[in-house]
Amino acid sequence: MSQKYETVIGLEVHAELRTDSKLFCGCSTKFGADPNGQTCPVCLGMPGALPVLNKKAVDYAIEAGLALNCEIQEYSKFDRKHYFYPDLPKAYQCSQFDFPLCKNGKVTIHVNGVTKDIGINRIHLEEEAGKSVHSGDNILGSDYSLEDFNRGGIPLIEIVSEPDMRSPEEAYAYLTTLKSILQYTGVSDCKMEEGSLRCDANISLRPVGSTEFGTKVELKNLNSFRAVQKALEYEQQRQARLLDKGEPIIQETRHWDETTGKTHSMRTKEQADDYRYFPDPDLVPLIVSPEWIEEVRARLPELPPAKFERFVREYGLPEYDANLIIATKAQADFFEATVALYNDPKTVSNWMMGELTRLLKTSGQEIEDCKVTPELLAKLLTLVDNGTISGTAAKSVLEEVFATGKDPELIVQEKGLAQISDTAELEKIVAAVIAANPASVEDYRNGKDKALGFLVGQVMKETKGRANPKLVNELLRKQLS
Amino acid sequence: MSLFDRTAHELGEMLRRREVSAVEVTEAVLKRVESVDPVVKAYLTTTPELARAMARAVDSRLQRGEELPPLAGIPMGLKDNFSTTGVRTTCASKMLEHYVPPFDCTVYQKLMHQMSPLIGKHNMDEFAMGSSTETSAFFPTHNPWDLERVPGGSSGGSAAAVAAGEAIFALGTDTGGSIRQPAAFCGVVGLKPTYGRVSRSGVVPFASSLDHIGPITKTVTDAALVLNAIAGHDPGDSTTVKREVPDYTSFLKDDVRGLRIGLPQEFFAEGLDPEIKEGIFATVKQLEAAGAQVVEVSLPHAQATEAVYYLVASAECSSNLARYDGVRFGYRSSTAPDVQTMYKHTRGEAFGLMVKRRILLGTYALITGNYDVYYRKAMQVRTLIVRDFERAFEQCDVLISSTTPTPAYKMGEKSKDPVALALSDLFTIPANLAAIPAISVPGGYTKEGLPYGLQIMGPAFGEGRVLQVAYTVEKLVDARQRKPELPEKGGVA
Ligand SMILES: [Zn+2]
Repeated sequence: MSQKYETVIGLEVHAELRTDSKLFCGCSTKFGADPNGQTCPVCLGMPGALPVLNKKAVDYAIEAGLALNCEIQEYSKFDRKHYFYPDLPKAYQCSQFDFPLCKNGKVTIHVNGVTKDIGINRIHLEEEAGKSVHSGDNILGSDYSLEDFNRGGIPLIEIVSEPDMRSPEEAYAYLTTLKSILQYTGVSDCKMEEGSLRCDANISLRPVGSTEFGTKVELKNLNSFRAVQKALEYEQQRQARLLDKGEPIIQETRHWDETTGKTHSMRTKEQADDYRYFPDPDLVPLIVSPEWIEEVRARLPELPPAKFERFVREYGLPEYDANLIIATKAQADFFEATVALYNDPKTVSNWMMGELTRLLKTSGQEIEDCKVTPELLAKLLTLVDNGTISGTAAKSVLEEVFATGKDPELIVQEKGLAQISDTAELEKIVAAVIAANPASVEDYRNGKDKALGFLVGQVMKETKGRANPKLVNELLRKQLS
Repeated sequence: MSLFDRTAHELGEMLRRREVSAVEVTEAVLKRVESVDPVVKAYLTTTPELARAMARAVDSRLQRGEELPPLAGIPMGLKDNFSTTGVRTTCASKMLEHYVPPFDCTVYQKLMHQMSPLIGKHNMDEFAMGSSTETSAFFPTHNPWDLERVPGGSSGGSAAAVAAGEAIFALGTDTGGSIRQPAAFCGVVGLKPTYGRVSRSGVVPFASSLDHIGPITKTVTDAALVLNAIAGHDPGDSTTVKREVPDYTSFLKDDVRGLRIGLPQEFFAEGLDPEIKEGIFATVKQLEAAGAQVVEVSLPHAQATEAVYYLVASAECSSNLARYDGVRFGYRSSTAPDVQTMYKHTRGEAFGLMVKRRILLGTYALITGNYDVYYRKAMQVRTLIVRDFERAFEQCDVLISSTTPTPAYKMGEKSKDPVALALSDLFTIPANLAAIPAISVPGGYTKEGLPYGLQIMGPAFGEGRVLQVAYTVEKLVDARQRKPELPEKGGVA
């Protein structure tokens, strides 16, 4: 990025809440049901059907708000946002306009060793739209479209950041931190692939030193965090080129095309809908008592920033390790459960970040779903510690545990991986190796230390790698002296 | 006296004394519909099989000697904006001509628990917008007292049906007077309860914050009986209030001693038919003689009533009616090449003029820039109107006025003049804006023999007091001496 301009980025994140039922009716929110199998007169917008607010959704939104350091508003209300679209049954979306549930929060991010707070302007509750299924590949090439309203009415929170980010990297860091916090609370799955997390970005440029905002452009169709970053990088350059040429930036909504790696104009400000917001007369204002807020606060889990500090302090982990281990709650929980059984945090961290992560990546599994449990990992590490198996053998045992979930001890037995630490047995093998390699023995006695390595190797070969290397060394020196 | 001429209260007693069977009562009403509806045209749909099945169920209960709910076996009708499973619910609009809801509104569920047979669905102004039932997309309803006159609206079909003996009672909706004004024009009782007293769930909305559901009956006693059956908190309607429902029949006392009756001066200004004015004053004099105290009060923001109402009602209507887009139910234009055009053609072809006018006005009032100037301002003035009433009720227990400025007018007379139509709602709208209970009881007859209504308004949740005064007025006026005379034509309705 050139030094001439400063980039200003704000993000709007939509996250589906993991309630069992929808925001304004009792329909299930389970993923994958038959089309329109989870609908009723309310979420189909049938005449006369009235919304009834799902308290659980409010509860989750409060939890998200607290986790993101927001002030929870005692008074908030629902408003109708009007536009015509086939997946919007009432032709309005029930949302919160001028009185959102949460205000003034922040998220702390770390980028290139710098720590920075990103402000959260507001979090509000709203309902999800249905889903259009087109007969062709896209809407324009289709003879007809069908509507599935199973998703319609699922509760969403929209998290609106302040325009506090100054680079696409910061935007990326904000998103990963936000996702991690939301996942820790458990209020949302945050699965971008299933659409339970979505992001729109606003970006503008201004001359360095200026305090006024430039004309902003909204980016849509950002289907992954990397896409957000790439689209912002592209847009940053596009706007800089225009400014360099003295051309104006048009306030508009632009569509990110993943395949071409470019954005193109969708609609300008003049073409935007007038949503005609007004208070929903079918719903009463939402009043949240201080007791309710405290109740939710009391059950908040330990969140990533606090956990990070504790892992460094309590387990003596390096910051690098701690940061990786706390990335997901499942991983942090796994770590703590393992350390409780095998009290060497750094070794546990090494194995988790090394071998276990490699196995998870290869198989595409999540730590909480895999067959390796904290109990099994702790057992395995104990086997290494007490000399039953070598570190090399342990790697293959872990692979086996990962594949089968079998007890490491059983695997060691079945595969005969236990080290030979029986002195009498090894003495015989050592004697035989000495007898068979007079030249090397000669070399060793003439002061060539390297020869000892060769002799150790021969013993290992004889025992198919199961000899305890430390013991072999000892016995060889003793017999050769 | 014919069975269809009797009140719900009378028929209930006759059923319990086994002087008549529920099937006989239902058949009498169905026969009445057959004979007079060809000229009154109160029904859009009749449901004789549903009614007969319910009546038989009531009779078998009677035979087993079981207790009956108060309205068991009393045939009734519903305005055609009440959702009824399996029975089309048209809102008198081409948009919903063939729409059959898959669910019942809460109040119909309550009436089914009462075992009240449903005779059918009543004609109305399209989507309840209008005051004469002439905006119905299908046909107008005629006033039983004079077939050349309108029955009022928008619950005109319901009021005409009750007046003509085509239903013993009915449920209507009242957004700006749509229960009380037709009740006044048809010489029956119409009650609009406090907002939040009766569930709106399943009733097709016009303007959610102004829509009220209430009974249209022959007597004040019947109004209390029906209100008992439909009032109460509904978990399905967030705007209903968790507040105990009293037995409204316990307020039916012919006694107004010590009650303070307020006369809002703004309601007796110009525009009020002198004959009606005289009649109302005469009744007030009688109430005074019976021991009530009469005070004059003022509602200073009354002149803003109409402007506030049109903005709020139209804004909410433009939003509530946005869902009729041809996508999931109701009318869909077959002439559109794409979805945007489909929306336009569907709405253009299936909504009537009055509905379109309201949607346009409401949309305009909500667009950015206009919201503060129109909608927000209207809501602020609405608050002032609410305060006017609160202040008035510090000086008196109930307010009395005429329900309408004039008796029923000739068909076609005002339907082309929206301003004249609007004026006919001036006395009824304030109670909707203030969300307070108001009833129209027959106040007497003009020299021409047309009934007019006397309106009693009370403070929020003061239905009991309102019914008490209405009951006394009913006794004083004794309007049920007269009945509309209808030619019995026979034939299928
Ligand atoms: Zn639903």
